[in-house]
Amino acid sequence: MRPRPRLPSRPPLRLTMRRARNAVAIALASAATAIALAFLAAVLWALVARGAAALDLDVFLRSTPPPGAAGGLANALTGSLLLTAAAILAAAPLGILAGTYLAEIGPASPLARSARFVNDLLLSAPSIVVGLFVYQAMVVPAGHFSGWAGAAALAVIALPIIVHTTENTLGLVPDTLREAAAALGAPRWKAVVAVTWRAASQGILTGVLLAVARISGETAPLLFTALNNQFWSANLNRPLANLPVVIFQFAMSPYDDWRDLAWAGALLITAAVLALNILARLAAGRRREAP
Amino acid sequence: MTAPGSAGKIEVRGLRFYYGTFEALRGVDLAIPDRSVTAIIGPSGCGKSTLLRVFNRIYALYPGQRAHGTVLMDGTDILDDAVDVTRLRARVGMVFQKPTPFPMSIYDNIAFGMRLYERLGRADMDERVESALRKAGLWAEVKDKLRQSGLSLSGGQQQRLCIARAIAVRPEVILLDEPASALDPVSASHIENLVCELRRDYCIVIVTHNLQQAARTSDYTAFMFLGELVEFGHTDLVFTRPRDPRTQQYVTGRFG
Repeated sequence: MRPRPRLPSRPPLRLTMRRARNAVAIALASAATAIALAFLAAVLWALVARGAAALDLDVFLRSTPPPGAAGGLANALTGSLLLTAAAILAAAPLGILAGTYLAEIGPASPLARSARFVNDLLLSAPSIVVGLFVYQAMVVPAGHFSGWAGAAALAVIALPIIVHTTENTLGLVPDTLREAAAALGAPRWKAVVAVTWRAASQGILTGVLLAVARISGETAPLLFTALNNQFWSANLNRPLANLPVVIFQFAMSPYDDWRDLAWAGALLITAAVLALNILARLAAGRRREAP
Repeated sequence: MTAPGSAGKIEVRGLRFYYGTFEALRGVDLAIPDRSVTAIIGPSGCGKSTLLRVFNRIYALYPGQRAHGTVLMDGTDILDDAVDVTRLRARVGMVFQKPTPFPMSIYDNIAFGMRLYERLGRADMDERVESALRKAGLWAEVKDKLRQSGLSLSGGQQQRLCIARAIAVRPEVILLDEPASALDPVSASHIENLVCELRRDYCIVIVTHNLQQAARTSDYTAFMFLGELVEFGHTDLVFTRPRDPRTQQYVTGRFG
């Protein structure tokens, strides 16, 4: 057996210094993470404690009450579901087709270049601007606030998210797969629909779910469009109650029972967004399990 | 150059190919015989894959890639703008270096190409899928899991799936672009045997940088160098009595 080289009894100074610097860097990074998580935990704790206390069956069954009376959030929950569903039904097909154009049909065309630029702008545009735009475009001509206007504003916010994720996910599909489809004689549309979309389906679905999560908490664009409604209504032609605006209004009020309902609503939205994010992760992760 | 004593299934005349301004093929003339295996060999960047990608015009997917000259397939110039490229590609199958199974079931992978141009009943389709998988030597391994994803197969199985997929549409020509270079030795020899079996029915063109593979599988060999066709002839002659000193140097392993 070869004699093992003997380790020096004491590590050299340079190594000691390097280990010390490493320890300091790790300690600082860990501390920063802990501070960030502590604030997040405090917010979530307040939300869960106060929201859960205010949560009961009435929240789901009764509509928003006048101050001092018993009530719930049934009208706001219904309104939010309707607004989100209508917005996504409009934004998802449009966004997926536009993202497909950017990735597959003419990625380098002048139209694609400008569309991509505008889409990035829209992605980071303040949502209140979107609300004002739809107010001017739909509410003013109609003469009244409406659920449709709210859905339109949410759709404008969801659209760039879906376009962006669709384009990026399609960009990850290897060219060899497109070539393989073309090599069998598949026309372009067929190759996109049957092969490329399918290969990217989990990513596209993830994008849509993230867009739902994003718009389900938006308040600003709804203030100018759907506004609010004290009564249960499913009529998208009239002002429509919705969770974010109800929370905004109730949380600022001087009435304890209104503020309790606001906490309950905030908890519901947070739980829904959490569920959507988990769903999106599951959808994105399922692909990787295939060997 | 023409292989002695054979009519050309594919006749290439004065073919030039450009990636943007770079000239990758500098006037290639070649006649590839039907019902045989033709290997294209040469060092990296010599244009062998480029030449192969002209035969089904797959290069046309990319703007900036252009081919000039004449490529006759059964007497028709496939570079003519009037040629429907999707129809052409249905006649000319292609298998790539890396396996490219579609994200769908094994059955649907095979059926995909057939559904494009044929209306087949359930029974006919089943039969064609089975026969394609049998020809590709994959039937025994997958017959009980046709509904499973094509992605669940091993690399070598995926490549045979791709060959089965190409055969299923009953092409006349099969193009193989280094089909075994990404596979383990056992899977690679599987593919080689498969190529030898398919030669009776198809015009097969195989690009390879594995000289032993070219010698084992092909009837004719084309040696390319710097975008030109240097030598073309019967495989045993090209390997044992090459006419050109560059061919001689390459097949004896002195460069490339």
